Amino acid sequence: MNEKPEKLIDKKGLRLDGRKADELRPVKIEVGILPNADGSAYIEHGKNKILAAAFGPREMHPKHLSRPDRMVLRCRYHMAPFSVGERKSPAPSRREIELSKVIRESLEPAVFVEYYPRTGVDVFIEVLQADGGTRCASITAASLALADAGIPMRDIVVACAAGKVEDKVVLDLFDTEDKVGSADVPVAFMPNLNAVTLLQMDGILTPDEFEKAVSMAIDGCKKIYELQKEALKTKYMLLEAEEEVEE
Amino acid sequence: MPTYFEKKQLVTPGEMLAEGDYLAGNNTYAENSKIYASRIGLADCNNKQVNVVALRSFYFPKVGDIVIGTVLEVGFNGWTVDIKAPYTALLRASDVLSRPFKPQNDELSQVLAGGDLIVAKIASYDRAHDPQLTVGEPGLGKITRGQIIKVTPSKIPRVIGKKGSMISMIKQETNCQIILGVNGVILVTGKNPDNEDLALAAIQKIENESHTSGLTDRITQFLKEEKEKMEENKNE
Repeated sequence: MNEKPEKLIDKKGLRLDGRKADELRPVKIEVGILPNADGSAYIEHGKNKILAAAFGPREMHPKHLSRPDRMVLRCRYHMAPFSVGERKSPAPSRREIELSKVIRESLEPAVFVEYYPRTGVDVFIEVLQADGGTRCASITAASLALADAGIPMRDIVVACAAGKVEDKVVLDLFDTEDKVGSADVPVAFMPNLNAVTLLQMDGILTPDEFEKAVSMAIDGCKKIYELQKEALKTKYMLLEAEEEVEE
Repeated sequence: MPTYFEKKQLVTPGEMLAEGDYLAGNNTYAENSKIYASRIGLADCNNKQVNVVALRSFYFPKVGDIVIGTVLEVGFNGWTVDIKAPYTALLRASDVLSRPFKPQNDELSQVLAGGDLIVAKIASYDRAHDPQLTVGEPGLGKITRGQIIKVTPSKIPRVIGKKGSMISMIKQETNCQIILGVNGVILVTGKNPDNEDLALAAIQKIENESHTSGLTDRITQFLKEEKEKMEENKNE
């Protein structure tokens, strides 16, 4: 899809990939797939393929970055050179540095950072294939990696975007819609505490459209959250199943 | 004032467990008089206290814990010790020597060198300071023989068993001394390596099957079978 398509939404109201306006891309999540990490998760969100790994809590290096009153959360969002159509330089770009910060700030409210002073937790996010909405999928996977590492959390963070394509508010934009469409609103959300931890907007929306986009994104988050819970439980469910056989 | 889980139900962080007059126990937290889980684990309610038995956690030091650590570095007046926690622990020379320590008389690396393993107790720890160890009690100090096995710290209670049933059974069956470090490191010392290997195999089996019930019986069975096999091999 290198050429700019003429119509992003057809007469029936279906989008380029055949979705309805409020339909998510298919999401597949797996937890605990990297044995060398303390916690890990893998997500396939549409054509996005993202790995997240969490390490710690451990001693902070370099030491001067540690905080006497809390744990330091560090995130590294990185896109593999082969993750996009044209080779991306593996050096961290301005965009990746910003996304690392944004992801860290959206995860931090969920983690009990004050329990473990002077320590650090590292989260590495590796985008293997990108197709729009990687920051949201990254947050979804990273929070599962943290939970899988056994780090106490207030809630699991889940993220999803909504945006505007041809004057219509739609859920979960993919690459072409993101580039050609007129607005993108990524939202990260803690479903049990009903709290938003990330809210960005790129493009132009009227206040009404913005509100509609946010509520649409939150509904999308809630759907992905169910998949997150299921993925997290599946890893530990095996243990429970064994128990039932025993009794 | 309801609870929202069945006994031993698998819960994920953020899941609401109870509302109203309940206390937040292990791996849970309270907000707006609601109790939420903070780790993945099995929920349980005991006398209005809601607990989650974590299926995934890490070792965090607590005063009084017996731990097994590796000496990292010999310093001016003590050692730094890796205890598999987010902090490195300190062991003071005066604690080990049990007499006043004089740098000109004592060469610390002759007492404990880097790489040595020690059994120690956490003497002090708080949020502002790294944990400090002591070896001034019977059973503590440098490890001179035996084998080490590392398990997930959250599985140590399972190795101990109900009122120590599991660990005393393994000790009896294998004729080994076993010291459990709360940080997930276990020391096994026996009269011969075969006995030690047997105990290690049993502990490994516990770690792999720690969430199944009737485990003590199965481990007993396992040890008996393995012992018979050993006897047969000897006779051949």
